[in-house]
Amino acid sequence: MEKDIPVRRKRKLSNDHLTAIAFLLPSVILILVFVYGFISWTGYLSLSNYNTIVPDFSFAGLKNYFYLFNDFRFQADLRNTLFFTILFIGAVIVLGLGLAILLDQKLKGESIFRNIFLFPMALSFIVTGVVWQWLLHPSTGFNKFLIHFGIEPKWYTDTTILAGFKWGSIEFGLPVAIIAVVVAAVWQMTGFSLAMYLAGLRGIDEELREAARMDGASEFQVYRKIVLPILMPITMSVVIIMAHISLKIFDLIYAMTGSGANFVTDVPGLYMFETTFRGNYYANGAAIAIIMLLLVAVFIVPYLWNSRKGER
Amino acid sequence: MMVTLRIGSVVKYGLLLLVSLLFLTPVYVIIVTSIKPLDQVSLSQMWTLPTAIDFSSYMMAFESLKPNLLNSLYLVIPATLLSALLGAMNGYILSKWKFKGSDIIFTFILFGMFIPYQSILIPMIQFLRNIELYNTIPGLVLVHVVYGLPITTLMFRNFYASIPDEMIESAQIDGANFLGVFKNIIIPLSITGFVVVAIWQFTNIWNEFLFAVTITTGDKQPVMVALQNLSGSQIVQWNVQMAGALLAALPTLIVYIFLGKYFVRGLLAGSVKG
Repeated sequence: MEKDIPVRRKRKLSNDHLTAIAFLLPSVILILVFVYGFISWTGYLSLSNYNTIVPDFSFAGLKNYFYLFNDFRFQADLRNTLFFTILFIGAVIVLGLGLAILLDQKLKGESIFRNIFLFPMALSFIVTGVVWQWLLHPSTGFNKFLIHFGIEPKWYTDTTILAGFKWGSIEFGLPVAIIAVVVAAVWQMTGFSLAMYLAGLRGIDEELREAARMDGASEFQVYRKIVLPILMPITMSVVIIMAHISLKIFDLIYAMTGSGANFVTDVPGLYMFETTFRGNYYANGAAIAIIMLLLVAVFIVPYLWNSRKGER
Repeated sequence: MMVTLRIGSVVKYGLLLLVSLLFLTPVYVIIVTSIKPLDQVSLSQMWTLPTAIDFSSYMMAFESLKPNLLNSLYLVIPATLLSALLGAMNGYILSKWKFKGSDIIFTFILFGMFIPYQSILIPMIQFLRNIELYNTIPGLVLVHVVYGLPITTLMFRNFYASIPDEMIESAQIDGANFLGVFKNIIIPLSITGFVVVAIWQFTNIWNEFLFAVTITTGDKQPVMVALQNLSGSQIVQWNVQMAGALLAALPTLIVYIFLGKYFVRGLLAGSVKG
């Protein structure tokens, strides 16, 4: 009987282990206070009456949240975020994967092309915003070429809502102006998915593809049936990381377009900044921040949960 | 067979060239505009090459961005070094000195890297005011070190996972303790790790905007805030804006050009599953 009991080495924590925990403690405390403590405080502020210059921490219930969900600007922000996120993630994945497959063909000059696609990643969203503001300016930039083809998009100054219908106090549909911001964001972030996919493609055993070709699979089938399924976890990572970038985007839009007419390019990050730091509506700003956090958490918490499980 | 192969690669090169041209368009506009003399700087001549090269816009942009470039430098160096060091220590502990609950602690730390910083901004500013670091570079350093902890911890933890446990065990048998192993085994093996993390943190902190614009004002502002002010100003010519954009981007671009390999490794290491 005795030997059936698993030998559990009930080691007492060694001195070294205690030292390790002691060295980890400062970071844990910093994160506890600066991440979780501050989020809790923001959460409380979002339930307070602190919409004044003089702090007022009295409890207001969900008043600020009700205000936001009935607010034209915030409704527009949610709409814009939704369409920005979908278009941005879609384009970054399609373009990144397409370029990665092209670069994986053992062509000469591969590293030059790769560097061209990757370098915008090293830039700041502010730089990107400043430059693209000019490139997509309705009276200059790309329109100088496009005018020869008889088209002259109004880019980020367009107030059209495509396929719009009245919903709440806003016109729900695709704001055309958001496409201009998506173009700039895609230019900057495609390198990310490209690098991820390229690393994934390089990790696929060439024999696997060779075997499929021997079985008579066309090149297209090889990618569809073998390569893409293997790349699925990478696609998941790209979606999660791009989603959290797009949900909290602020600097690119601040530098490139601002809120736009009728708030067609406004986002929660920009609203939070302006209402808090320009308008002193701290409680409203806190409520926006908490909603942003919840939106990000919807993507991030399952992701972190899964990667923890995957490690075990 | 030969023919289809050639057509195939012509199409591939054609596609790559086309996308490359699109990707390089902003670079062309920045460079061409920033070296134009003032009389050629009109929006209608955006795409035309200058007839003479004039660097005066760089002088003007540098003149107005100089203090802010220095601010960014004073911010980015200590913040990068400190967050890399703390990240190395945390990564070492969380990969080589695992204890009950250490994986959960790691996940709790990691969550901090994804939060929208808007959700901690109001208390953060209040806190910085209380400890009198609001509107100071050390205040910004503190913020970047704290919120850099998750990513640097993650990167080092992934990096140290590739160092075999046996090396540490044999060092312990030789009598090395926790700090001895870190100093004599781990640090010498993590030069690449430090380069990757430092480049990543340098790039992110240099380019960061939200903390910079809310925590500092006036002459304490880092360069990205100053660039935004420059481009938002109605009186600044846009050749000066372009020159300013290039100047502000130059440090991270240079790092990318010379150490791009490590930059990409950081990018891949930061995507949770290392």
